[in-house]
Amino acid sequence: MSLAAVPPVVVIAIGNPSRGDDAIGPLLYGRLCEWLENQGLAGEFNLYEDFQLQIEHALDLKGRRLALFIDAGDNTPGPYIFSPVAAAEGIMHTSHALPPESVLQVYRQVEGGEPPPSFVLCVRGEQFALGAEPGAGALAHVEAAFALLCELCREPQVSAWTARAETGGNMAAVSARMAASTASPSPVP
Amino acid sequence: MFALETAAHPENLRRIAIDPVTRVEGHGKVTLLLDENNKVHQVRLHIVEFRGFETFIEGRPYWEVPVTVQRLCGICPVSHQLAAVKAMDQIAGYGPLTPTAEKLRRLMHYGQMVQSHAVHFFHLASPDILLGFDSDFTRRNIVGVALDHPEIAKQGVLLRKYGQEVIRHVAGKRVHGTGAIPGGMNKALSLAERDEMAKDIEQMIAWSLGAVHMVKQLHETNPGFYNVFGEFRSNMMGLVRPDGALDFYHGALRAVDADGGTIFDQIDYATYQQVLEEEIKPWSYMKFPHIKSLGAENGWYKVGPLGRVQAASFLSTPLAEAERQAMMALGGGKPVHGTLMYHWARLIEVVHAAEMIRDLLNDPEILGMDLMADKGPRRHEAVGVIEAPRGTLFHHYRVDDDDLVTYCNLIVSTTNNNQAMNEAVRTVARQYLDGRVITEGLLNHIECAIRAYDPCLSCATHALGKMPMTVELVDPAGQVISSLSKG
Repeated sequence: MSLAAVPPVVVIAIGNPSRGDDAIGPLLYGRLCEWLENQGLAGEFNLYEDFQLQIEHALDLKGRRLALFIDAGDNTPGPYIFSPVAAAEGIMHTSHALPPESVLQVYRQVEGGEPPPSFVLCVRGEQFALGAEPGAGALAHVEAAFALLCELCREPQVSAWTARAETGGNMAAVSARMAASTASPSPVP
Repeated sequence: MFALETAAHPENLRRIAIDPVTRVEGHGKVTLLLDENNKVHQVRLHIVEFRGFETFIEGRPYWEVPVTVQRLCGICPVSHQLAAVKAMDQIAGYGPLTPTAEKLRRLMHYGQMVQSHAVHFFHLASPDILLGFDSDFTRRNIVGVALDHPEIAKQGVLLRKYGQEVIRHVAGKRVHGTGAIPGGMNKALSLAERDEMAKDIEQMIAWSLGAVHMVKQLHETNPGFYNVFGEFRSNMMGLVRPDGALDFYHGALRAVDADGGTIFDQIDYATYQQVLEEEIKPWSYMKFPHIKSLGAENGWYKVGPLGRVQAASFLSTPLAEAERQAMMALGGGKPVHGTLMYHWARLIEVVHAAEMIRDLLNDPEILGMDLMADKGPRRHEAVGVIEAPRGTLFHHYRVDDDDLVTYCNLIVSTTNNNQAMNEAVRTVARQYLDGRVITEGLLNHIECAIRAYDPCLSCATHALGKMPMTVELVDPAGQVISSLSKG
């Protein structure tokens, strides 16, 4: 794929569908693919699903305006945390998985420049047993996270995502802040 | 009883725990018991979590298993898929694979070998080798080598990406691909896919060869150190062809002793339980396999790169074989046993896998359309074995008349290396920790020894990985004296 043909936004969803709430990432990936197609927005996004982040995901960031990592987290406050993420050195990793910070650092090493503005949507999971289905709590968190994803994808701009990240993705707070600061606020669901 | 496995009087000793070991998957822990003079009395690599693979598999229809087992581990889904499907070929009653189907499976497997080894060396082990040791002499010399290889990180990423692309082209998807199914393959390779892979393969061979040469240069900076770090003698095992060549995809079992003498050879892996047995120890969830005829104390062995390239008589591709000969020349005709030699052997295997990919892409049969074998009578029991990136991987199944799996036994590569990894950490503890004040740098030597094996503790224990590391120094009364965390 040439750089000119690269959609401006890349979304990388991580998780193992057969490890309980680790399925959160793949579930959101599937729903977002379908939703983007139905909304006629699919051309603006590349979506990838994988078991875990790895060094080659740095190459998926090349030429993007925005990047989003979606993952389950076992100590994350529910329903999710949405926050910016930056490259960081010295974070330990296994031969099996990297945190988003390390993927961004690999981008620096490989490309010799800064990665695109990047965000993490970390959705609370509680049990990750091999062979288990996602729990009811996780499925509720998926619903909340999916609502946020739809809003993010309707407005895939760094400023809009940053504003949402400042409130942890809380729509009501964003709406109130934007209403107070602009004469004609953007529509908020 | 192994030296340093169990202290005679643990009640009087200090305990240090490296918990969990970082940069390996799963949840491993190393504990050391030391007396007041810091003399080491006991060292153990523990596996502290357990999830049942067998429970996950048993009760499922056999034809689902090659897909289901990919979910066991995110780093080696292809290895589990191929070991399982080799067993299910037989369960389903299929005869020998068609030439195209076997070549496509091999292509996928060599792609997996390249991607797995590349990420391990370039982004996990090379920081240890290039920067991780605290000897001024060593550091001064290896920095020069690192400066000679500024592109190393980029090449590692692109090698890994190439391996993943090979898997994607053969399996049809980036993850959750089917590819191999009982009896053959479910997708032919297109000319465009073949050409896409072929255009970059010479570059991949050149980069992997460059990495081997970098390790050689590093070795030359301080051969005494690289030869003896974590050095211990052991048996070795791997799959070989009838002519003795290493074969990652299919072969018979061969085991050799520490001097390279044959223990057994050309053993049909379906009869593995006649030559191997698994011992259980109360302090670890991971079993300890060993060669039955030699017993637990003398029959343990190494698998994986250093074990199998030396258990085999030769590698079937010229560049890799020349590099294997160069490495083995250090032993003067006998196997080498330094733990850091695993890195050297691993990179030789990348060269070999890349050469095999090139040969397969140049083979017209890789584009064939005859993908399924002829079917005969069903069987109720079968074993599938491959050489996974980390070593020999066994899948053993029994299936009932309703097509459901009733028995499953997996011996994963890391389990095969269990005793060898324990010996590695004990050897390093003796070499570097005994009688000295314990520092983070010294403890990192222990971790370097473990990481050389690239253990997949997730596979071995079926646990979800947790990354942060805590080192605790505990006095004989169980009180934490000091604690250090990172990650």
